[in-house]
Amino acid sequence: MSRLSNTARIYLAIVFVILYAPILYLIFYSFNSGGTMNSFESFTWEHYAAVFEDTRLIVILINTVLVALLSALIATVIGTFGAIGIVSIKNKKLRGTLLSLNNVLIVSPDVVIGASFLILFTLIGVKLGFTSVLISHVAFSVPIVVLMVLPKLLEMNSSLIDAAHDLGASKRDVLTRVVLPYIQPGIFAGFFLALTYSLDDFAVTFFVTGNGFSTLSVEIYSMARAGISLTVNAISGLVFVATILIVVGYYFILRRSAKHTEVEVRA
Amino acid sequence: MQTRTRGSLIPYSLWIAVFVVAPIVLVIYYSLLDLNGNFTLDNYKNFFSSSYLTMTLTSFWYAFLITLFTLLFAYPTAYLLTKTKHKQLWLILIIVPSWINLLLKTYAFIGIFGLYGPINAFLEVFGFEPTQILFTDFSFIFVAVYIFIPFMILPIFNALDKMDRSLVYAARDLGASSWTTFRRVIFPLTIDGVKSGIQVTFIPALSLFMITRLIAGNKVITLGTAIEQQFLVAQNWGMGSTIAVFLILIMVISMLFTGNRTRGGRVR
Repeated sequence: MSRLSNTARIYLAIVFVILYAPILYLIFYSFNSGGTMNSFESFTWEHYAAVFEDTRLIVILINTVLVALLSALIATVIGTFGAIGIVSIKNKKLRGTLLSLNNVLIVSPDVVIGASFLILFTLIGVKLGFTSVLISHVAFSVPIVVLMVLPKLLEMNSSLIDAAHDLGASKRDVLTRVVLPYIQPGIFAGFFLALTYSLDDFAVTFFVTGNGFSTLSVEIYSMARAGISLTVNAISGLVFVATILIVVGYYFILRRSAKHTEVEVRA
Repeated sequence: MQTRTRGSLIPYSLWIAVFVVAPIVLVIYYSLLDLNGNFTLDNYKNFFSSSYLTMTLTSFWYAFLITLFTLLFAYPTAYLLTKTKHKQLWLILIIVPSWINLLLKTYAFIGIFGLYGPINAFLEVFGFEPTQILFTDFSFIFVAVYIFIPFMILPIFNALDKMDRSLVYAARDLGASSWTTFRRVIFPLTIDGVKSGIQVTFIPALSLFMITRLIAGNKVITLGTAIEQQFLVAQNWGMGSTIAVFLILIMVISMLFTGNRTRGGRVR
């Protein structure tokens, strides 16, 4: 470990300041009693109060969290079993094809995903709203879960499964008591990534949301297009706190499962 | 075990069929339709007309600049991070801002770059007249680089972290200057990280539409903006699909180029 030179320290410091400044700037002015993001008049909670008094905003917040939790959960189930299925495929070509198809939605630009899902939903007659948004979020989260679970499955020693079989475990037991506990860190990582992808998604939701249903990202977009509103700043304060809590919770869970299985923690 | 695990593939295969294969087929199908639903090649003819070609080239140019600046700032950051004590902690601190909702970060810049915002206030101290920084190429590229930088740092950091340090020491012992060591040893060994960083930056940069609307004030039209325009404003799904087909082609090329090693995030 060589010590960093002063220039290097200053460079890193500048990068950190630039990365955090806009977020702190938003939060700072969320306490401003003046209506702008330019001059701070006096401290106030009124913008936070405005968020909680606005029932429409609260409904949107609940919707956003609900879509995120549900889609992450469903995607985790589909993705985990998908990964188990992929590993069981012995034909190399078929496996490679499935993996390429898996990655399509990860490298696809979200505008293309949104546009093509809009065509799909319109054709098969899914009403645009909660259902279409939820289905889309499940759809783009599945491949991430697969990518998180797959390495854990591949590094698993197959003699563990053979041993379980020899000791008389049923197929069900092998799955629930050997395979799933072993790949648990991957499943958690997949779930949390799916959660953050869903919470952060704007473009796909924007295409398939229709009228009457909105998530936080789409709502902030329309508020931002209308100009500066310190309610948005208050929302960022809340989102920032929630994000920090999720990050801390995520690392707490990773740490714990890492202690149990003694596998390396992937940052 | 065999039959059970094969069974577990059923929902997954269905997902692939409905949400991966079908959308691509539908986009290609719609790109061949005109506004009345008749088969036509007009959309492609339009696409290769001068106005769309100019837009495509500008879009590529902006995406290139965004990727270049992101890489120029991300590589030294990732490199210095691997040299810090508690590097995993610092890495997490770099990643945290990327988990704050993208829209909020973009919204912040509307205030920061505004006519009466802190940047202009700062410039005024030095006697400059306040100028509109919003709605310029500079603000668009700055915000895009800001958004993408954590996603570029992550794969490069991982590549640098995995690299065998003794190779660097060997190069230095054999008389290579630090620049030569970087150019001939460090950079080639981390090229995979750079490639995945470019992949998670370049294609999303081509398809940005939210930042162009909010920060560039409709002055910059990217391929993404054009698709959104065609689908949601002009309601011309055929033309929108044609542009989408083009983006899918670029994506396929980039997947072949990077050999499918995609790990890392997607940027909305």
